[in-house]
Amino acid sequence: MENIISPENIVYQKPKLLNDEHMHYCPGCSHGVVHKLIAEVIEEMGVTDKAIGISPVGCAVFAYKYIDIDWQEAAHGRAPAIASAIKRLWPEHLVFTYQGDGDLACIGTAETIHALNRGENIAIIFINNAIYGMTGGQMAPTTLMGMKTSTCPYGRQADLHGYPLKITEIAATLEGTCYVTRQSVHSVAAIRKAKRAIRQAFENSINRRGSSLVEIVSTCSSGWKLSPVEANEWMQEHMFDYYHVGDLKSI
Amino acid sequence: MAKMKGAITVNTERCKGCSLCVVACPLNLIQLADKKVNLRGYRYVEQVNPEACTGCTSCAIVCPDGCITVYRTKVES
Repeated sequence: MENIISPENIVYQKPKLLNDEHMHYCPGCSHGVVHKLIAEVIEEMGVTDKAIGISPVGCAVFAYKYIDIDWQEAAHGRAPAIASAIKRLWPEHLVFTYQGDGDLACIGTAETIHALNRGENIAIIFINNAIYGMTGGQMAPTTLMGMKTSTCPYGRQADLHGYPLKITEIAATLEGTCYVTRQSVHSVAAIRKAKRAIRQAFENSINRRGSSLVEIVSTCSSGWKLSPVEANEWMQEHMFDYYHVGDLKSI
Repeated sequence: MAKMKGAITVNTERCKGCSLCVVACPLNLIQLADKKVNLRGYRYVEQVNPEACTGCTSCAIVCPDGCITVYRTKVES
C-alpha cells in the first residue's frame, strides 16, 4: 500500500493551475468541477500565459482567486463585452468568460447575444442551474416550469412568469457562433464530455474561428434545498427533459 | 496475470464532505468519516478497504474541490 503512494504512480491529481485557496462554493457545487476542468484544459493546451478569463457577478465572482491565470472582473452581465475588447486587443490570446444564468441569461442577455452575433473570437462558459444561487435561491429566467424558488413559492407559472429561456438554442441560430453545445458534470462520463467541449471552445478562441458557447447544466444544492447527491439526481430527472444535452452547432 | 492496484489520498482539510465521490466509486470504497471533522467543521471522506482500490480515478474526477489524488501501479499476482 505504502509503495503505491509515490509520485511516479500518480494518475490523477488536482491541476496545478487550481491553487490551494479554499473555494467558497457550497459542498458538491458544479462550479468546482467546471473550475477544475478549465484549469486542466488550459494546462494541457499549454496556454497558461495566454489565457485571460472574465469572471462574472454571481457565485463565481471570485473565480479569479482560484485559477492562476489572468482575470478581469466584469460588471454584472457585461463579461462578453469586456471579453470582446480584450480579444480584439490581444488576438493571439485565449479569452473566455465564465458566467452563471443570472449573469448571462438575465442582466447580460443583450451583451451575450450581440457578442455571439458579432462572432467575437471568445469562448463563453455558461453555468445554468435554473436558480439565483448567490442571492438566496430566487427565480431565474432559466427556472423550470412549476419549479419552486423563494420568489415563486408555488412554482413557476407561465401566465405570471413566462417560460424558461433557452439561451443556447438562441445562440445556435446566430451567424457568428461556430460552436454551441450543452453539457453537464454529474457523472464521470459527462465530465469527460464537458472537458472535451471546453477544450474545443478554447481552441476556437485561440484559432479565431468565431464565438463558442458551452452551457453546463449544473446543480445548486443549497438553492434547490437538496443534498449534493440528490441534486444531481433531480437534475437528471427534471433539467435534461427541458435542457437537452448535446451539440447544437459545430462548424 | 498483472493486476491494477490503486490508492487514494484525500486532502481532508479541503474536503467538504459532499459525498459525490462516495456514490461515484464503482466499488463503494469511500465513505464519510465517522464522528471526525476538519477545521472548517465538514465531515470529510476516507477510504475503506483500501486493498480493493483499482485506481480508476472516478472519485477524483467528480470531486468539485480536487481533494483526491489517485495512484495506480501494476502488480504481478
